[in-house]
Amino acid sequence: MQNNISGKLDNRSIYLRHLVIKGLAGGKRGHLGSAFSLIEVLRVLYDKVLNIDPNDPKNINRDRCILSKGHGCLALYSLLADKDFFNISELDRFCHFDGILGGHPEASKIPGVEASTGALGHGLSIGVGLAISAKIQKRNSRIFVIMGDGEINEGSVWEAALSAGKHKLDNLTAIIDYNKLQSYDRTSIVQDLEPLTDKWKSFGFAVEEVNGHDVTELEKLFLNLPLKKSSPSAIILHTIKGKGIKEAEGNPKWHHKSKITESEINKLYSELELNL
Amino acid sequence: MRKTCLDMVYELAKTDDRIVFIGSDLGAGTLSEMQKNMPERFFMEGVSEANIIGMAAGLAMDGFIPYVNTISTFITRRCYEQIAIDLCLHNLPVKLIANGGGLVYAPLGPTHLAIEDIAIMRSLPNMNIVSPSDAEEMIRFMKQSKEIKGPVYIRLAKGGDEIVSNPKNGFKFGESILMKDVGEVLIVSSGITTKEAIYASEELSKEGIKAGVLHMHTIKPFDYKSIIKYSQKVKLIISVEEHIKNNGLGSAIGDVLNDTCYPKMPKLIKLGIPDQFPDKYGTQEELLKYYSLDSKSIYHSVMDFLKSTGLRAA
Repeated sequence: MQNNISGKLDNRSIYLRHLVIKGLAGGKRGHLGSAFSLIEVLRVLYDKVLNIDPNDPKNINRDRCILSKGHGCLALYSLLADKDFFNISELDRFCHFDGILGGHPEASKIPGVEASTGALGHGLSIGVGLAISAKIQKRNSRIFVIMGDGEINEGSVWEAALSAGKHKLDNLTAIIDYNKLQSYDRTSIVQDLEPLTDKWKSFGFAVEEVNGHDVTELEKLFLNLPLKKSSPSAIILHTIKGKGIKEAEGNPKWHHKSKITESEINKLYSELELNL
Repeated sequence: MRKTCLDMVYELAKTDDRIVFIGSDLGAGTLSEMQKNMPERFFMEGVSEANIIGMAAGLAMDGFIPYVNTISTFITRRCYEQIAIDLCLHNLPVKLIANGGGLVYAPLGPTHLAIEDIAIMRSLPNMNIVSPSDAEEMIRFMKQSKEIKGPVYIRLAKGGDEIVSNPKNGFKFGESILMKDVGEVLIVSSGITTKEAIYASEELSKEGIKAGVLHMHTIKPFDYKSIIKYSQKVKLIISVEEHIKNNGLGSAIGDVLNDTCYPKMPKLIKLGIPDQFPDKYGTQEELLKYYSLDSKSIYHSVMDFLKSTGLRAA
């Protein structure tokens, strides 16, 4: 599984990463590594899976996607911009005083953002509430919550996991971006998560592991949810933090970058092309 | 008051299908009728308070009005970030019913004593705080609670507390109630300290001292207009709170007086718990006396002030 995650990227994946760099250039800062591991899963969700309409972003029957690891927001912004939830030029104002796109996503400002996140370990509980709400109202809305591997150190995630299992929320999918690198160092060193699949299984989830950069494999999985009837689903994405930029891949120094210069931005753009 | 409040959740839920109840791991039989008759809107989620707040936020994002119930300290201390971000930042209509406000859990010690809950909640943008005086006032508040747009922290007293509220006064969220007419002194109270304030006022009147009682059932938004109005009539405002002196009712009054800054301002005395964790057990009444929050202590605080300032013969 982890052997082939270093494969090539196609044009769309590279284009979406271009948009992330556009945001990075706008704000001269951002969580590049945390965003680049998420591009393919977000692409599959927004291109193929989610029932959402940029012209009617609050439609009650929509699917909900919560980016619980809010620091990966540049990846979400690139998809939302690409889908016309807001004008693509907003990326140039990333983190600007009067911009709508902050360093963490805010629901009150950005069309298409379901919940304001950034403090870690909140999204899955909100997802549980939304999933229960859909069940009570007999709606077909599905709820997707994307978490980081560092994020699931938080105890509140496991409280929410208990609750999801108890209520058999098969309309809820927990997605874990397992790039195995948190802010300080490797997850295996800071707070080892293994055996990760067994943990989610023991909380009542049906679990699948997948190459988080393989669009075909991701589509196959996400178009066949729930993984098991009457169970919440957990999908563990094996990913590379910083995927697409050789220097950033697996490099904790690229978790977050600030004071990025124009020449660094240009270098990032040209490095992206090497993936083709 | 607690049973009344929870019973009201069920009453409201009967006519409004947006209302849901979420408890942590409450006493056996809590809201059993609601559980039996509307199980899809009754949740008992275990000892996982942080998750409960987030789950309530999710339900509220979809149009539900969740009433969440557990012990006050677990709501305010453990779930601060969930309340700040999930509820207040999103400004969602989740009602937090907090058991054991103040010194109710006297025998259980500092882990269960909600002595700084109002300070915590008061510091949060969009949060509202109510602290009714008794079960009857709780009913009047609960009837309108679901109309309040944002999150509300509802501070509960022990239960079986003496009824001191008056139906004639009604209940208007955000508007204090003058329970005794103002003379040279104004006592400001909330929750069950209003009862103590009323008794103190009655004792003072026997001495020819007219001490008004302003019942501040809503602590946020704060009824600053009444404080400004009465501040120009009295020599002394004395706040009585079952809470630390920092950042509660007395501080709110002090903020108003400070910001208003009229040339003539009354003296403000804050009665409350000092900056320390309670070091005694016993009963709520014993702790109220220990911290000079009972009617006799209020009486003496007023008398001491009047004598020390020469307004009454020593």
